Amino acid sequence: MFRFLLKRLALTIPTFIALMFITFVMIRLVPGDPIEVRRGERGISPERLAQLRHEMGLDQPIWKQFLDYANALLHGDFGTSIVSKSPVLHEFLTLFPATVELTATAMLFAVVLGVPAGVIAASRRGGIYDQTLMGLALTGYSMPIFWWGLILVLVMSNTLGLTPVSGRVDLVNYYYDPVTGFMLIDSLLSDQDGAFWDAVRHLILPMIVLGTVPLAVIARMTRSSMLEVLEEDYVRTARAKGLSWTRIVGVHALRNALIPVVTVIGLQVGGLLAGAVLTETIFSWPGVGKWLIESINRRDYPALQGGIMLIATIVILVNLLVDLLYGLINPRIRHAK
Amino acid sequence: MPSDTVIPAVAAAPAPPAPPGPIRAFWRAFRENRGAVLGLVIVSIIFFVAIFANWLAPYNPLEQFRGSETLPPFWAEGSDPKFILGTDAVGRDMLSRLMYGARVSLFIGLSVMVVSMVVGVALGLVSAFFGGLLDVMIIRVMDLIMAIPSLVLAILIIAIIGPNLTNTIVAVTIVGLPRYVRLVRASALSELTKDYVTAAKVSGVGKFRLMTVTVLPNCLAPLIVQAALGMSDAILEAAGLGFLGLGAQPPTPEWGSMLADTRDLMLSHPWVMAFPGIAILITVLAINLLGDGLRDALDPRLRRS
Repeated sequence: MFRFLLKRLALTIPTFIALMFITFVMIRLVPGDPIEVRRGERGISPERLAQLRHEMGLDQPIWKQFLDYANALLHGDFGTSIVSKSPVLHEFLTLFPATVELTATAMLFAVVLGVPAGVIAASRRGGIYDQTLMGLALTGYSMPIFWWGLILVLVMSNTLGLTPVSGRVDLVNYYYDPVTGFMLIDSLLSDQDGAFWDAVRHLILPMIVLGTVPLAVIARMTRSSMLEVLEEDYVRTARAKGLSWTRIVGVHALRNALIPVVTVIGLQVGGLLAGAVLTETIFSWPGVGKWLIESINRRDYPALQGGIMLIATIVILVNLLVDLLYGLINPRIRHAK
Repeated sequence: MPSDTVIPAVAAAPAPPAPPGPIRAFWRAFRENRGAVLGLVIVSIIFFVAIFANWLAPYNPLEQFRGSETLPPFWAEGSDPKFILGTDAVGRDMLSRLMYGARVSLFIGLSVMVVSMVVGVALGLVSAFFGGLLDVMIIRVMDLIMAIPSLVLAILIIAIIGPNLTNTIVAVTIVGLPRYVRLVRASALSELTKDYVTAAKVSGVGKFRLMTVTVLPNCLAPLIVQAALGMSDAILEAAGLGFLGLGAQPPTPEWGSMLADTRDLMLSHPWVMAFPGIAILITVLAINLLGDGLRDALDPRLRRS
């Protein structure tokens, strides 16, 4: 297991280096000189320009600039936002809990509904439940989530008045300090009546919107994985032993059917972060996705560069974690060469 | 297919029906899947509309009719029979824009698919055949692309090369490329171990011919499925970029950017927002139905069960 872990870790290093290289090159390819962007509308003297260039290290040879950049990254310096003048890492970490809260609940939503849907569809193969559920799953999989979000807002918020349109919390009625950055927890800690319910109401639509595609993927994956497992000999043995169908499906088969599902769940993390960009934009959810889009619109390239570096790092780490988890639950992978 | 080689012997026997050829066998399997056939029909209709939008669309999609802004569709009160699905905020005919939008979306989807196929096949085959450093480099780059969430990477690329229709295609292609490369590489590698490849090598087939004529046709089935599913992903992703204002630029009637345009009108004129989304959903759903059908029909393991 330890060798597996080492090997897997070693594999991520070249990816990291390439990632640094690409984000480094990116900022140099973007139209407009970073100095020009910085100095804005007003004129600037040549001396000041040279000084700025020196401050940003732009007068150094290109390989030196790359090494400096890599060195800074390894020391946790992801650059400084042009607009807010604060470190990118700090901005990212301030906004990240909002994105984690959204993506984690969306994933929970997807797993809690997706796995049972897949199991039901598989155990009633070809039946009306199977067809309905899989039809819904394919529709969910094909959904343009930005439109789905707008429709839900239209129906749930504007027509029925059940949920708020945007944001994470009702600032008029509730105020509490960000202790953990997770509104669900902070609202409970604040001890204000109705604060938690308010946080839930804000979260529910974004969660559904972001969770729709993973829900569909998980339901489809669980179904096909389950169908495969139900053909296995041990399922026949279990039936021959006279175990109830529910027990066979729910205990014997499900445990093995979930192995590939775990991988799929892990692979959805990248997709979730991509979906978060759209979802956060629609619901004005103050997370890193919305921040990335705003950085583009403000031409805040250092923020974009640092943000993409951080997001990619997170995805690589999560994939690493999923691989390890997969190795743990599936010994065949662990011992494979 | 082994069954093909048996045909002469079988045909000599009195009157058993000849086993169907690969295309007939595929069609038989495909036809059984009602969803897939439905998908095929819808996709064909959308293609028809897109190709003949010039003749089918009642108006020029860019023409603004003063005094006819934000008209509702024909069934709602206050509609104008001249504009069947109503008009948008600046008085452009919704139906015409949707029809031309189909052209834009399918153009993006097809372009991405074709470029991804060509580049993906080339890189995948090279990776599988030459191995070594080249293989490692190609796979590393693909891993890197996969490490960045698709839409985020597409946004990054657009930030560098600027937002327009062509660049949308470039960005969406790059983002989807790893799946093609890995698929081709994996199936080519598994084919390479088979006897017929060894036989071809022994009989002196050159490397290029071995790659393209001997091995590639045997990797096609999963590639066709990937192409269909890749096309629907491309359309969704391009629409997402359009929605964020990073795709095709106004006044191009692109479904995603049409949605973004109408966000302010969402509450007062919900239908202006509803139609482009429905168009995206139906198109993507139909292509996915088709892709699922292709997979079931082309994968003999699933076909039997």
